[in-house]
Amino acid sequence: MLITIKYFGQIAEVTQKDEEQLEVSEGLVSGLLSVLNSKYSDLKNKDFQIAQHQELVALDTELTGAEIALLPPFSGG
Amino acid sequence: MKDKKPMKSVFKEGAIPSEFIGNSIYKHQTKTNIGAHNIFLGQVRADEIDGKTVAAIEYTAYEDMANQKFHEIRESAFEKFDLTCMHIYHSLGTVKSGEICLFVFVSSPRRKVVFKALEYIVEAIKADVPVFGKEIFEDESHQWKVNS
Repeated sequence: MLITIKYFGQIAEVTQKDEEQLEVSEGLVSGLLSVLNSKYSDLKNKDFQIAQHQELVALDTELTGAEIALLPPFSGG
Repeated sequence: MKDKKPMKSVFKEGAIPSEFIGNSIYKHQTKTNIGAHNIFLGQVRADEIDGKTVAAIEYTAYEDMANQKFHEIRESAFEKFDLTCMHIYHSLGTVKSGEICLFVFVSSPRRKVVFKALEYIVEAIKADVPVFGKEIFEDESHQWKVNS
């Protein structure tokens, strides 16, 4: 399935883009993360959480095809 | 009489002007059941890190999720506290040191409520809302802000 992935803050500095669409096989969020880790080798040195459909999810969550976002530590306010 | 409105964006481009804050206070003069307001203003600090001084913070956000989170914080604050109204504004883009980047405004008939509500709301914003601050130094280098 085709998934939109958004990158923010220092994660976008690693990926050199704010957003992309990737063809991903069905499975868990952890599967997608391995794909991204091999695509962007500096990603594993970064601290981030993953959101699916705008909610934070654990790595063992099933991919639904909804938008994924890689979110570095929040620093609002 | 709670003025719960549909979800709206809390983001404003650039710093939040003091005129805007003053005007918000003025607009509440017609709501005469209010007996107490409490206001939090977040200001960009000129931190000195390794001899370099922060000149500005550039804010970005995962806006859809952030607005959803602001909405949840708002709903839960109204549930927990006897508030007449609340307003939240957060900057996006560049805010120079000394300027205001966060404006939270709560109102209630009674004072004790607004002290508790304001702290709850500000702490929830810091913890739950996907906003990212890039600290820009005077020499144009940068680092990513971490909330403490």
